[in-house]
Amino acid sequence: MDFYDKDLVSIRDLDRGQIEELLDLSERMIPYARGEKVKRALDSRILGNLFFEPSTRTKLSFESAAYRLGCDVIDVSEMSVTSMSKGETLADTIKMVDAYCDLIVLRHPHEGAARLAAKFSENPVVNAGDGAGSHPTQTLLDLFTMRRSKGSLDGLNVVLVGDLKYGRTVHSLAEALTMFGAKLTFVAPESLQMPADTFEHLKSRGCTPGKTDELDSVIGQADVLYVTRIQKERFPDPAEYQKVAGTYRISNAVLREAKSDMIVMHPLPRVDEILPEVDPTPHAKYFEQAFNGVPVRMAILCSILGGDI
Amino acid sequence: MVDELKIAETKIPPIRNGTVIDHIANGQSLNVLKILGVNESNIDSVISIGMHVKSSKGNGWKDMIKVEDRELHPNEVDKIALIAPDATIAIIRDYYIAEKFKVKLEDHIVGLAKCSNPNCITNRGEPVVPEFDVESRNPPRLRCAYCDRTLTNISDNLL
Repeated sequence: MDFYDKDLVSIRDLDRGQIEELLDLSERMIPYARGEKVKRALDSRILGNLFFEPSTRTKLSFESAAYRLGCDVIDVSEMSVTSMSKGETLADTIKMVDAYCDLIVLRHPHEGAARLAAKFSENPVVNAGDGAGSHPTQTLLDLFTMRRSKGSLDGLNVVLVGDLKYGRTVHSLAEALTMFGAKLTFVAPESLQMPADTFEHLKSRGCTPGKTDELDSVIGQADVLYVTRIQKERFPDPAEYQKVAGTYRISNAVLREAKSDMIVMHPLPRVDEILPEVDPTPHAKYFEQAFNGVPVRMAILCSILGGDI
Repeated sequence: MVDELKIAETKIPPIRNGTVIDHIANGQSLNVLKILGVNESNIDSVISIGMHVKSSKGNGWKDMIKVEDRELHPNEVDKIALIAPDATIAIIRDYYIAEKFKVKLEDHIVGLAKCSNPNCITNRGEPVVPEFDVESRNPPRLRCAYCDRTLTNISDNLL
């Protein structure tokens, strides 16, 4: 598969073979991501990093990935410092930024923003999260973390817990895991369960996930426990947030029922979903997962911009 | 059954010139009238509606509409296909059927409906026309080409 000059807007843009190809390249990027090897494969290229919504890991790891490859970065960190605060459309902003760089990475609060950007940009666009929609690069680094920890993605038993309704990472991840024959279980209170639309889509791809609100009943079979934050900012009604905040807390006591080699992942930031006492255990993979954002995004940038590693 | 059908059809008088929209999914005739813009005072002719009329197809019931002295715009026909994918359109000239065809739901829909997701970028004043991919045809199920969400309640979101 030639990724050169292609957009990456949704995980649906990729098939299993393409995902594996990107994960293989990510593996080769690790010594470069750690700074143990140096190659300016994207020397003199410019990345436009447009983040119109708060982000720490995604923004920094894209920047780190670019710099590790010798690629320069121009960036916007909030909407208020751009002409969008004066009423400029995203379409016009994209056409303008497109003229200043070779690839646009976009984080935006509205679903479909990256698809729109791809339509108006001559240069390729990578979706770094659009509202409650897609976050394909997070999905790729999640898959990469699972593959590195478990050796293979095939047939994993994955339990997703927390905010499955508004959490964009879990929608894309669940879709991608169906390509690898994963057994999925969704653990959430009914009000935060996976949207019916996504659930039906997974079923149409031959996967019938389990649903429950009790983590205890399913944790013993899990190979991967993927925990998400209940996102206050996505709730239209604060009272609804208060009802479900703090529903699931992963502690060492909860993990006592888990397999010894089960891994705990979290896209971060966490609030109180995983207690700090879990951090030193072999289960905890979330900081390694955050690091993996760099080699995976290096692989994406290199593939799209045509860098040679 | 044939006699019953004939009786049902004769309840709506034949028209000399105009359009007969038949095999509308049962209960959708009022939404078809919305597409024709009957509440916008732009029609100067008689419209006859048959609701819950016996049919030999589907679940045994259908709606039908006869509009006198008016032929439909292709854009109206495309919208009817979104809510009544089995509908047939007959153009009547001097009591005879001059043309008859079934509405056609294309694989990709452009500019006929808006996305039902209020947070979709197409609802935020951007210079784009909403687009949908047709995932299933009967009943129609459309997915927004921008935000990837399924369009809920198609008739309420027609443009």
